[in-house]
Amino acid sequence: MRIALSITAICLAILAAWYVGAVGLNAKWERDQAARAGVEIGWADIIPATMSQERPVLPAPHQVAAEIWETTANKRITSKRSLVYHGWITLSATFLGFAMGVGLGILLAVGIVHNRAMDLSVMPWVISSQTIPILAIAPMIIVVLYNIGISGLVAKAAISAYLSFFPVVVGMVKGLRAPGGMQLDLMRTYNASAWQVFWKLRWPSSLPYLFASLKVAIAIALVGAIIGELPTGSQGGFGARMLNGSYYGQVLIIWSALFGAAICAALMVGAVGMVQRAVLGRMGQA
Amino acid sequence: MNRAGAIVSSSLDLVFETRDGPVHALSQIDLQVAPGEFVSFIGPSGCGKTTLLRVIADLQQPTGGTISVNGMTPREARLNRTYGYVFQAAGLYPWRTIEKNVRLPLEVMGYPAHERAERVRRVLDLVGLGDFGRMFPWQLSGGMQQRASIARALAFDADLLLMDEPFGALDEIVRDHLNEQLLALHARTGKTICFVTHSIPEAVYLSTKIIVMSPRPGRIIDIIESPMPAERPLDIRESTAFLELATRVREGLRAGHSYDD
Repeated sequence: MRIALSITAICLAILAAWYVGAVGLNAKWERDQAARAGVEIGWADIIPATMSQERPVLPAPHQVAAEIWETTANKRITSKRSLVYHGWITLSATFLGFAMGVGLGILLAVGIVHNRAMDLSVMPWVISSQTIPILAIAPMIIVVLYNIGISGLVAKAAISAYLSFFPVVVGMVKGLRAPGGMQLDLMRTYNASAWQVFWKLRWPSSLPYLFASLKVAIAIALVGAIIGELPTGSQGGFGARMLNGSYYGQVLIIWSALFGAAICAALMVGAVGMVQRAVLGRMGQA
Repeated sequence: MNRAGAIVSSSLDLVFETRDGPVHALSQIDLQVAPGEFVSFIGPSGCGKTTLLRVIADLQQPTGGTISVNGMTPREARLNRTYGYVFQAAGLYPWRTIEKNVRLPLEVMGYPAHERAERVRRVLDLVGLGDFGRMFPWQLSGGMQQRASIARALAFDADLLLMDEPFGALDEIVRDHLNEQLLALHARTGKTICFVTHSIPEAVYLSTKIIVMSPRPGRIIDIIESPMPAERPLDIRESTAFLELATRVREGLRAGHSYDD
């Protein structure tokens, strides 16, 4: 009960700060308008006005909520004005990219753990791959892939995969190396094959690390898909929606796309958490 | 099985090369263990008793001398799965239930499914954990976990049991209890047991043969055949024979170990 109260208090505090910010940032426009019209206005006029501007600097929370409601519940999901339509476009690239990134990450980690040459040669590249700003490299990836006949969904997914494989590699290398000397010695006394050591010891030891990595990976896979939608002038998706909003100065569209993406990310991380609890729970952990 | 000796070594040497020069972990170890014996290795830390056990198990390789385990090289003995090893810590896999932990070696060694279940049940009953198979390790006390790890080493048909201070981390009362059970198990199964310990009463109570070791270099300084009967209730530890034996072990340890350095 006390926890529920504190959560509510924090949410209310954030909302309040947002409203104050909206009033503060949008007031200038109202004053300029009033000055141009030659009228005097006071805070009593400014405050309500700042909350219903068509093109606010910072939209008020209820405006964003109304926009999200309008573009989800009140539009057919096949409509190009529907946030659900755009959301699905981004999410399908996210899921594909996430799957590719996780697969690649696990494969690399297995190679790094089992092969000293790979450990020394691949790991530095994995790390340096993440020091390159994705925004700079995304258009290049899209162009290169387009020239070899890959575009659209798979191209966007490639950028998701580029971002999401990293936490998986780092987490899985750590996880696959988690078994101590004694546990490995035990397998040695059984004359276990490398395959058996992997499946019966290294893999189960690494699962808690894998799930921690997956939570990070799925969130940045979404970021990657959105970034992948920016340079393509893509027809749909959260990224296209944000780009359109900024072309036409439709701040509300940007904000609703941002929130749509944030809600999706939260739901996906939550879903990974549920799978984690189910899997690790069966393994007597969690 | 080789009737001549479960473990035979002569002039066994093991030298670790370290940055500060060579360390003689084992020096001139001549050892004979007959099948069915309960042999304790006792000595202060650094005397090489764990190293010796690891050499027998082929977890470490000697740098000189010869050793045979069940008539084979240690490597062959390991590849043929002729021994079970119990480590200092139980080392159960936390994601497996007790049952599945005990089943692990059977899975690795490819025992058929119906035989696995039967064996798991039998060895869990043997160590008194019959009702705890479905629990996870963290739900059990330290002593129970160690018993489960012994069951795991017993699950497959190895006639040699190597135990590296298995009860070192347990309290005195649990330790007494497990010692008693271990003796009973030895009597029932007739396995050869090599048992590393640094507790004199434990060594004297359990063993048919006590090997006293000393550090720098790790060597054997005394081999004592126990005159005590096979049947040993806990209160045998107050008997004169027991105390005399314990004194001999203690004197051996003192002679071989200089506390000055």
